[in-house]
Amino acid sequence: MIRFARFLDDLLFTPQRNGKLRLMVEYFRTIPDPDRGWALAALTGSLDFAEVKPAAIRALAAARVDAELFGWSYDFVGDLAETVALIWPAGSHDDHAAEPVEDDDTLSLTAIVTALSQAKRGQAPDLLAGWMDRLGPTARWALLKLVTGGLRIGVSARLAKTALAQFGSQPIEAVEEVWHGQKPPYGPLFAWLDGRTSRPDAGEGPIFMPLMLANPLEDEDFAALDPTLYFAEWKWDGIRVQLAARGGEKRIWSRGADDASAAFPEMIEAMPADVVLDGELLVGEAASGSGGEVRPFNDLQQRLNRKVPSVAMLKEYPAFVRLYDALYIGGADLRGLPLEARRQHLEDWYRAAPRPRLDLSPLIPFADWAELGRLRDGAREAGIEGLMVKRRDSTYVSGRPKGPWFKWKRGALTLDCVLMYAQRGHGKRSSFYSDYTFGAWTPAGELVPVGKAYSGFTDEELLLLDRWVRHHTTKRFGPVREVEPGLVLEIAFDSVHTSTRHKSGLAMRFPRVHRIRWDKPIAEADTVENLKRLM
Amino acid sequence: MPAGLFVEPGGFYIDPVRRVDRAIVTHGHSDHARPDQTHVLATPETLAIMKLRLGERAGRRHQALGYGETIRIGEVDLKLVPAGHVLGSAQAVLEYRSQRVVVSGDYKRRLDPTCRPFEVVPCDLFVTEATFGLPVFRHPDARQEIDRLLHSVRLFPERCHLVGAYALGKAQRVIATLRACGYDAPIYIHGGLLAMCDLYQAHGVELGELRHVTGVPKSQLEGQIVVAPPSAMNDLWSRRLPDPLVAFASGWMRVKQRARQRGVELPLVISDHADWDELVQTMRDVQAPEIWVTHGGEEALMRQASLMGLKARALSLVGYDDEDET
Repeated sequence: MIRFARFLDDLLFTPQRNGKLRLMVEYFRTIPDPDRGWALAALTGSLDFAEVKPAAIRALAAARVDAELFGWSYDFVGDLAETVALIWPAGSHDDHAAEPVEDDDTLSLTAIVTALSQAKRGQAPDLLAGWMDRLGPTARWALLKLVTGGLRIGVSARLAKTALAQFGSQPIEAVEEVWHGQKPPYGPLFAWLDGRTSRPDAGEGPIFMPLMLANPLEDEDFAALDPTLYFAEWKWDGIRVQLAARGGEKRIWSRGADDASAAFPEMIEAMPADVVLDGELLVGEAASGSGGEVRPFNDLQQRLNRKVPSVAMLKEYPAFVRLYDALYIGGADLRGLPLEARRQHLEDWYRAAPRPRLDLSPLIPFADWAELGRLRDGAREAGIEGLMVKRRDSTYVSGRPKGPWFKWKRGALTLDCVLMYAQRGHGKRSSFYSDYTFGAWTPAGELVPVGKAYSGFTDEELLLLDRWVRHHTTKRFGPVREVEPGLVLEIAFDSVHTSTRHKSGLAMRFPRVHRIRWDKPIAEADTVENLKRLM
Repeated sequence: MPAGLFVEPGGFYIDPVRRVDRAIVTHGHSDHARPDQTHVLATPETLAIMKLRLGERAGRRHQALGYGETIRIGEVDLKLVPAGHVLGSAQAVLEYRSQRVVVSGDYKRRLDPTCRPFEVVPCDLFVTEATFGLPVFRHPDARQEIDRLLHSVRLFPERCHLVGAYALGKAQRVIATLRACGYDAPIYIHGGLLAMCDLYQAHGVELGELRHVTGVPKSQLEGQIVVAPPSAMNDLWSRRLPDPLVAFASGWMRVKQRARQRGVELPLVISDHADWDELVQTMRDVQAPEIWVTHGGEEALMRQASLMGLKARALSLVGYDDEDET
């Protein structure tokens, strides 16, 4: 566990992709089976034991630490696993700030994973407490990350497989193909990559096929493009997925090759056999059903936060996939065909039978770029981020080839607002005041909140904002600070609609900090009336 | 914003954040030693640091008070006692009508080869800092952290290790601890550290061979350690270094996401402030029935004090920066 913890810690602090690859290759080279296999399973989200719920981990901490002290600490750190790892009182070793250096066999990754998968219901927390008493803070952190699922160290399944490919000097495609038939701790896979055995049988499984991605296009670039050679579609604001159903099995792959099947069981159920399709996962109702309504990204976010959804979540936030491309239909690989032909295959297939929870992303007819631009700026309903522009003759090539596909995001609206409250963030923003509630002026000269933003600024700007908040706090309410009105934030947002959530009666969609107006006096910030005019 | 902690029977402020007539300054960090005070009383080391950093704005009149000497101001007997924070740092011990109040200033209780260790003074009221006043903050041994740095230097001999460390105190402690761990190669320093390192050496703190990094060819810095103030870490300045690996010496590095947010690759948990265990131990050691908390994680420390059966009050003083946030 100690070696694994150091590995995770190194990955967390290594920003560059190449550095992360180097660390993983090094780990696979030096760590014996089956430890390296369990580590790979942890990186790719393939571990199979009952997760320990956050509430159970809180309960463990509550048994050893004063509840109020825990509360203040969690509020500062912002991450449950890290808070518990740091606050855990010293066990058998004297100095709880220090890390023991070597693993003994009872604390190896394999021993821990094995014990967890054999544990009966409710036993896991006690096991966990026993281990934490014997580990240092970083190992406790890694252990808690492991048992709660979701390491969040900036390594996608795809990157882990890329490291495997490098480690074994094999092309990534070969690893992807073999991957499907393998199970943790991946003995035969490593045997092949070590060069000790031949390649394991790939089978006819639903393997991930790397996606084709688009380049951003600036307004002025269009002059050089002939509009008759391109299709236009809406750019849907969900998550890109690959629906893969082959060899009697089904998977939903994210663009990073993470397996999202468990999180969307209704999509697995609805997925027809023998296809590999490219589309956008959305919450709402497919046009094949009664509605065709796309709900805001925030609703999808509710689902993305859950590894496995509850029955209530499934009902309240139903998922569907809006299709825009087909890689395989029946046994036929369509990737070498031009987009226009793939589209025809997709449409024919779609109409051949009822396709619940699936619909087609419509093509938008247009005569020239100016007309398309007007359509883009006019569309402000939920679910649309802008436009996709794709060459009719483009074959399906993985990666981000320059030229065939473009994304053309819609320009944002902006408003100068005054910072009113700030709250500490979570995850990467832990312990920084990174969530900002801002207001606009009423005719009576009062500031009322109109929205909340937690993105759009650089890391350097976050440091400055955080410091500004700390130095201008007038009141504290738990994790929230009220600040004296004194800082203008230029907020960018997609649209504005009525809402009961804010006192102003208005709410912005996707508000983010566009610029920090250190220079601007608050009296010159915008009014609620100005915001209303943008509706 | 109030000027700070005012001692009425003595007519003086301790570490005022605004201009006042009479200031007692516990140590030389810029949020405690503000410019342009009319009358400043501090240890000789702190006065020297103020003159170096503030020049003509170090205050109109300076009065030095060595550790352990007593002076009467108004109706108050004042004594300065080592706080273990940085060179010259002091606790203010105030006696008035047979009551003793100790104002800790910033302090720590760990080994630090660059300054005199903290002394426990039993008192009736202890006014404490709480920068790391949360039970998640437990600083490891600084030598363990420096060993990690040295391990990384061996692991990446082609890279330059850039260590961000606050210019007063932390930088010298990092250097002195490197020496204590047996690192005797020249250490390269940012121009902003030169004068303070000289001052430390003039006060008898051994830092070994230091070289100004400016003008040194890039290739010569491979495998070397460069110490710079935190502001230089992500700056254009660091571009002169060959493939720098950024380390940062700060108590905040205990929180991983905080370290990551700053783009730090090698977080070194080295702090000149007391960690949670030291804060709690010190409340016990001084045996004061009442605790006032000046700044930092006051809520949690007050809770801890009340769990220990002590009376506690948060002063919520503003104007003091968190460590390394400047």
